[in-house]
Amino acid sequence: MDALLSNPDRGGPVQPLLTATGLRKHFPVMGGLLGRTTKVVRAVDDLSLSVAKGETLGVVGESGCGKSTVARLLIRLLKPDRGTMVLDGDPVDEPHGITINELRRQVQMVFQDSYASLNPRLTIVETLAFAPKAHGVPAAEARARSRDLLAKVGLDPNSFADRYPHELSGGQRQRVNIARALALQPRLVILDEAVSALDKSVEAQVLNMLVDLKSELGLTYLFISHDLNVVQYLSDRVLVMYLGKIVEIGDVDAIYGNPLHPYTRALLSARPSMNPRQRTQEAPIQGDPPNPIDPPSGCRFRTRCPFAEDVCAKAEPILTDTGAQEVACHMRVRNSGHTKAP
Amino acid sequence: MSNLLQVRDLHVTFVTPDRTVHAVNGVSFDVRRGETLGILGESGSGKSVTLRSILKLHPEHRTRWSGSIKLEDDEILSMTGGALADLRGNRVSMIFQEPATAFDPVFTIGHQIGETVRRHTGKSEADSLKRARELLEMVRIPSPTQRLKAYPHEMSGGMRQRAMIALALSCDPSLLLADEPTTALDATVQIQVLLLIRELQRELDLGVIFVTHDIGVAVEVSDRIGVMYAGKLVELADVEQMVAAPKHPYSRGLLASTVQGGMRGQRLEAIPGAPPDLAEVPTACSFAPRCKFAEPRCLAAPPPLNAVTEHHLVRCVLAA
Repeated sequence: MDALLSNPDRGGPVQPLLTATGLRKHFPVMGGLLGRTTKVVRAVDDLSLSVAKGETLGVVGESGCGKSTVARLLIRLLKPDRGTMVLDGDPVDEPHGITINELRRQVQMVFQDSYASLNPRLTIVETLAFAPKAHGVPAAEARARSRDLLAKVGLDPNSFADRYPHELSGGQRQRVNIARALALQPRLVILDEAVSALDKSVEAQVLNMLVDLKSELGLTYLFISHDLNVVQYLSDRVLVMYLGKIVEIGDVDAIYGNPLHPYTRALLSARPSMNPRQRTQEAPIQGDPPNPIDPPSGCRFRTRCPFAEDVCAKAEPILTDTGAQEVACHMRVRNSGHTKAP
Repeated sequence: MSNLLQVRDLHVTFVTPDRTVHAVNGVSFDVRRGETLGILGESGSGKSVTLRSILKLHPEHRTRWSGSIKLEDDEILSMTGGALADLRGNRVSMIFQEPATAFDPVFTIGHQIGETVRRHTGKSEADSLKRARELLEMVRIPSPTQRLKAYPHEMSGGMRQRAMIALALSCDPSLLLADEPTTALDATVQIQVLLLIRELQRELDLGVIFVTHDIGVAVEVSDRIGVMYAGKLVELADVEQMVAAPKHPYSRGLLASTVQGGMRGQRLEAIPGAPPDLAEVPTACSFAPRCKFAEPRCLAAPPPLNAVTEHHLVRCVLAA
């Protein structure tokens, strides 16, 4: 491999691959006669996370919780209003740090809609060679490497290289998207609902492939999905979001085995039962997730939480380490004022 | 219990100048009053086409139907015009995946439900609005009187889906068709709507056909489950049988490839390959090219529907 595209490890295995601190993204909602900003969607609000080298961090939450905005902020498809990012010791988009271009060489993304994310006028091999060429790899070499990538994602280069996206099935197109994300030999791949649109039998094929690619290429994944079973299957750690905030984060076994936040519990028990003799008898929570425009004060989950008390409206709970996981709930903070607090 | 709906050897073919698609290739099943039949399948399996045929929703000029769909004793496939309009919404009604597009955005929810009630029952405007209010209450929409005046965009996704269920039930149909009604909903909302459909089905003694690609959802609502592949029912069984002992290699593969809790670190049993192109009428088992148990006889002729038990049918030579 040529030096141009190799992304060597710098800080050693203990240094997080990517750290984001205090990320915030608010979207103004235009309204009124003069098109003034009348309201603000608080898509992501002061969110901090770090992704360790070689792990898979799963991100779950319902629509409007900001999980896709987080993905777009981390790869800088959106510019955060506030917050900093550090990639393996290098600050991103700061003096003495790395540029956004360099960030995107090391962090790549796969989107949900496999068709919309491919250029319909480029053949598959042209699509895969595009980014390496833009980063200075000679055309012939980029094309040769594209064929290797196709083989790596289980598509025969001889029959797929010269096809166009519309000639492929959904599963095949998503394999191409994964190959394209790998073309720059990134270290972190963000998978934003990357298997959600696939049929179950195809989803299983792609999940197996993602597991193989990760160990073969030493990748790190940020895996965003609304499918709790798939997140459990793939992730080492899991982050649960609700209305722009992290409500709980920790090892996958802690989150699924002993969820502490009432929202995480509700989300997990809302999964359909696979046993016809033990069907769900009662919905864990009522109502829909509120609109992220003007979210509730204090704890944002309090409007749907069966344990909400006065303190939940007054003070915002902060993420608190409980040993096995971190959780943002007044019931888990000593002397928080909640009657169930320890 | 007597059969409410009887589908026999249904074939649906779409013909356009460029191509022909054999979407449904000989499907037969019954639905009784008070039972829910889940139809499980992947995209292109013909599950939605089958469902929509029960209301003849496909465009007449490029759809060829054959076989028979009988509601009580009336043949639906031969209905046209006014007879079809009387059937739709009145005796059979349907709820769709995307409630936002199923409602007209420029009329209030109350207006749209009231209009349907008036069309089918001839009630006065005031009486039909009263009925609409009762319906919103029945689907457990909070403060129903105010909600009658709401436009579809003013409601959340879960609320809109409840309103659509109210609309579908407005004229006391005996059969409710549900086409992936919870697929677009969030997890915590999906379970609420599934429970609502299950309760209403019992309360109103409805026959329900529930089409979904999600096995967990099918298990939550169904009494029996039919699995479709390439335009055919490949297996039909009671829900417990289907989950505990699926017989068709495709049903087994589908269950095995569905990720469930506690499978971390295990390799998933994916089904290799992809579903067939439906441009040709199948002359063999459509699943044979992907089946690890395939034998020469699987490619010789389409397999018959074998009865493993009285209530468990499997379209596979190995189940004979």
